Amino acid sequence: MAEKPRLRVPETAKKGEIIQIKTLVAHPMETGLRKDDNGKPIPRKIINAFVCTFGGHEVFRADLEPAIAANPYFEFTVQVQESGTFAFAWTDDDGTVTTAEQGITVS
Amino acid sequence: MSPITRRGALALGAGLTLTIIAVDEGAATPAEADAEIAKFTGGKAAESGKIAIDLPDIAENGNTVPLSIKVDSAMTANDYVSEIRVVADGNPFPGIVKFHLTPMAGRAEVATRIRLNSTENVIVLAKTSTGKFYMDRKVVKVTVGGCGG
Repeated sequence: MAEKPRLRVPETAKKGEIIQIKTLVAHPMETGLRKDDNGKPIPRKIINAFVCTFGGHEVFRADLEPAIAANPYFEFTVQVQESGTFAFAWTDDDGTVTTAEQGITVS
Repeated sequence: MSPITRRGALALGAGLTLTIIAVDEGAATPAEADAEIAKFTGGKAAESGKIAIDLPDIAENGNTVPLSIKVDSAMTANDYVSEIRVVADGNPFPGIVKFHLTPMAGRAEVATRIRLNSTENVIVLAKTSTGKFYMDRKVVKVTVGGCGG
């Protein structure tokens, strides 16, 4: 996957603040239901899992099915108590894992 | 009169053909959606309320329909929304997505973009860490389906 995932995470936050995180990864999310021009079925190929961790602890996870739109987009919240790093991972049906990281300074 | 008349047999045949076409199109039935719901709740009754679903009334493009969900929860370590399940009753498969939340979320609020095949019900279920289930649904009119052919 050539394109870098897009992240929106605040750079700073106050201790105990609930921040919003937005993520988007480029992916066709091929459902396995479509056919090509010759009528042959196009095999399924989707991102089937997304995980966000903070300081190694899982804070949010999604199990995706083919009914998630192309370029999977997620919004969720995290209450931050200390500075640290968010790590994001998207798992493709073929086993490829795309990752991204973003730090936050909490005061 | 024999139990199966010629006309009856023809009608039966037509019915079968229709059924086969419907299967070929592959839309989930409300029964399949109910089965998916039961799988999530383990057959437990889900209460109404607590869930706010934000979806358009009319989706012109079923390929990408914005969905946001808010569940009323304090999200404390002892009582938080641990899972949110999204199901639809008119897509090729009833399941759409399942979210796993932790008390670290602070609020039970998630958003994503989904595909809808036709005018159908989107059903949202929430499970709390205390074992309670909540459910709500919203119908979306879809102008152009998003599951390709």
